[in-house]
Amino acid sequence: MAKQKKKFNILEHELVPRHEIVPPDEAIRILRELNIRPEQLPWLRVTDPVAREIGAKPGDIVRIYRKSPTAGEIVVYRYVVGY
Amino acid sequence: MVEEKIIKEIKFGILSPDEIRKMSVTAIVTSELYDEDGRPVPGGLMDPRLGAIAPGQVCMTCGNDAKTCPGHFGHIELARPVIHVGFAKYIHDILRATCRRCGRVLLPEAELKRYLRLLDRLEERWPLLAKLLVTVVKKKASKVTECPHCGERQYKIIFDKPYTFYEDRPEGRIQLTPLEIRTRLERIPNDDVRLLGLDPQSARPEWMVLTVLPVPPVHVRPSIVLETGIHAEDDLTHKLADIVRTNERLRELLDSGAPQTLIDEHWALLQYHVATYIDNELPRIPVARHRGGRPLKGIAQRLKGKEGRFRGNLSGKRVDYSARTVISPDPNISINEVGVPVEIAKILTVRVPVTPWNIEEMRHYVLNGPDKWPGANYVIRSDGRKIDLRYADRKRIAEMLEPGWFVERHLRDGDIVLFNRQPSLHRMSIMAHVVKVLPGKTFRLNLLVCPPYNADFDGDEMNLHVPRTEEAQAEARELMLVQYHILSPRYGGPIIGGLQDYISGAYLLTSKATLLSIEDVVDLLSAAGYRGEIPEPAILSPKKRWTGKQLVSLFLPKEFNFRGKARVSAGIFACENEWCWNDSFITIKKGELLIGVLDKKAVGAEQPENMMHWLIKEYGTHYARYVYDHMFKMFIRFIEKRGFTMTIDDVALPPEAKEKIREVLKEAEKKVYELIEIYKQGKLEPVPGRTLEESLELRILDVLSEARKKVEDITVNYLDPFNNVFIMARTGARGNELNITQMAALLGQQSVRGERIHRGYLGRFLPHFKPGDLGPAARGFVYSSFYDGLSPVEVFFHAAGGREGLVDTAVRTSQSGYMQRRLINALQDLRVEYDGTVRTPYGELVQFVYGEDGVDPMKSAHGKAVNIDREIERVIGWRV
Repeated sequence: MAKQKKKFNILEHELVPRHEIVPPDEAIRILRELNIRPEQLPWLRVTDPVAREIGAKPGDIVRIYRKSPTAGEIVVYRYVVGY
Repeated sequence: MVEEKIIKEIKFGILSPDEIRKMSVTAIVTSELYDEDGRPVPGGLMDPRLGAIAPGQVCMTCGNDAKTCPGHFGHIELARPVIHVGFAKYIHDILRATCRRCGRVLLPEAELKRYLRLLDRLEERWPLLAKLLVTVVKKKASKVTECPHCGERQYKIIFDKPYTFYEDRPEGRIQLTPLEIRTRLERIPNDDVRLLGLDPQSARPEWMVLTVLPVPPVHVRPSIVLETGIHAEDDLTHKLADIVRTNERLRELLDSGAPQTLIDEHWALLQYHVATYIDNELPRIPVARHRGGRPLKGIAQRLKGKEGRFRGNLSGKRVDYSARTVISPDPNISINEVGVPVEIAKILTVRVPVTPWNIEEMRHYVLNGPDKWPGANYVIRSDGRKIDLRYADRKRIAEMLEPGWFVERHLRDGDIVLFNRQPSLHRMSIMAHVVKVLPGKTFRLNLLVCPPYNADFDGDEMNLHVPRTEEAQAEARELMLVQYHILSPRYGGPIIGGLQDYISGAYLLTSKATLLSIEDVVDLLSAAGYRGEIPEPAILSPKKRWTGKQLVSLFLPKEFNFRGKARVSAGIFACENEWCWNDSFITIKKGELLIGVLDKKAVGAEQPENMMHWLIKEYGTHYARYVYDHMFKMFIRFIEKRGFTMTIDDVALPPEAKEKIREVLKEAEKKVYELIEIYKQGKLEPVPGRTLEESLELRILDVLSEARKKVEDITVNYLDPFNNVFIMARTGARGNELNITQMAALLGQQSVRGERIHRGYLGRFLPHFKPGDLGPAARGFVYSSFYDGLSPVEVFFHAAGGREGLVDTAVRTSQSGYMQRRLINALQDLRVEYDGTVRTPYGELVQFVYGEDGVDPMKSAHGKAVNIDREIERVIGWRV
């Protein structure tokens, strides 16, 4: 990975929630559970700084653990698209 | 049944000249509309072949009569082509991206091939990306200065809005005629057209330049015959006549070989007429006007905006079975009811089927007829024929009535209707009410339902709609009835509740000082419609006396426990627990109001987590309605008996208080002048990020507002806390301590835009002051109170400050209205599916769990799923 000089790692920033790439078998299970096609998930661009940092590729599904004012912590998914 | 079909896609294209001619029934060649006999001229804009509009007239094209003839297009053959203003922007894009000689897109052949293949693939799966590709192609091509296909040098194309094009040639800036533009567009091959984002089958670029103009059928532009017998033509007809006239003139000039300048002049005029026919609000173009000076309505004006075809006629329609009138209060009807004037009840009808069980009743209605309430306006026979009872022999029809028929009977007590007040900002703006037909000319509603509608009675009007089908009536009754909307989904608390006198009344009734004789108790309870035993009196000797708290307890459920601060618990009356000498902490154990007074916090509207909220949540909406309809009636009955008013003496301060206030103000004034002195010496410490002048202003404002605060404390201390004005402020019925201070002590600083008022004359607000006077009085500090009266200058300051408030509200409502419109348009189709996810109609996910916690705010405890403290209190509250 061609890493440029960075002042800090954005993944460590307190406003960036935890992202992780979902392994394919689990991704299929999630999609089946929600009964949707992957492109019906909200999208995340590959050019998104966090997507770039965790090395997500188009077609991946990313899991995000976010803090929520109503529910404490919430898990959401994003479908990585390529533009 | 009509076969159900699903729309897969909608495609828009541009009409080609051939298509326009094909769908046209006649060419329009003369601007004359009627001959001397008043008959439409063939070949004119009112040609009978364009469709039948007069009743009885048979269409010359389709043979239908006026009702069924759909109308037929005509066309105008333009002598010279003109630009279609709606497409001018795209024409510019295309001209820039293509060669001026060979018409190819200005990119090398290989690249074009590659892009075309890419476009094919993208269009199948990612139409959004295909659009993106087109913009890239256009951008790249318009930068090229030499055609890679024929080597022609390219010049810059200038687009002079709204419909003129120039080319920057070496010899100078040359105007491009629509004719030239059209020939250039014609040269673009189909494959290249696709790369420019158009589908050559349905939208060839040269079709954006008009050679044939379609003429809409007369149905689109009906002429109105005035009472005087004169035809008033539609704006579009006028505009089309202009176009035909210039077009024919231009043709004559061309045929007779007139000088080029004359031809160009008429060509430009034709372009102007065609452009304003399509859109009469074009920038930098004079608006085409009627003879009277009224701007003509172009096609774009018919469609655009709030009253346009889309927002005015398609998204919103006028409806039957509705009524509108002024509203006025009626504290004696239920919150679920609405008072409907008899006059309206005789016009609005409900269609009821005649059955063996109601036939006698229906006969009665039919006999009463349309003029006597409760009657009926129409009868529908089993064969579907509608009989108007105004003109029929009602006795005979009543005889003939049999099951299977329908009667359109008057609105009567117990019918369900929808009641609405604009602006309909939330769902409580339209609620279902039960009809109560009353004499008078206004709609009557219970005062407690004012907050959800945000209604008052200073002339407000409201709308009423009658649901027609039984399904609609059932839905209205079960889902939309007022009692199901007591709890608001906005913040999970009651939105319906007491206002003003209800709150003062509740306070006075439940206060410790209130002792009621048996007569009072009986009167109050009968006003409330209480059925049951009268409890043991709280005081047996020397006379039997009841407390207001005992009466309130009669309406509380026997297991209800509640503890909470009252609103009056503030300042010297503050209490933290039930050991309260001020009676300002509500404690209810096992349905007995033991201590504490009811005020805005307990019975007021929009007060979440209060006594009423838990009552409604735990005992249901039916019980809530019972409380609002009965207990609340007791409050106003009590305040009615006791009498409640405010006098000037309620805000009169004793001389010693006035003296104290004067001292405080004198001190503040001294401080202000000290600050000004320091400022003038240039020794003032500036506030970071502010100029010296601004710092001074801020300091002065600080000093003065501090002084006002002190004055408020003095005022509050010296006024009797049990006078009526103060009771209203403390209980939250109306007004606050600031209002009282303004009445009793001083108005304080008036401001415009958060600054002291200083604009007006040079260096001063009014000529009553010295220029450059920075003192409190010169910049809007009002020393007088409403009790003392204001000096003329002070009145002027007050008016200036007051005006700003008015302007602010006007601006805020329009801005927030537009914001809300956009939000609603974005969110209206989202819904919570059965699996708890929020999705669009296409199944796209928006939220994985609604609100991230899946809680319905209306059924929640002020936004939270459960309130543990409340649950504990509910169960064991009586023990602690």
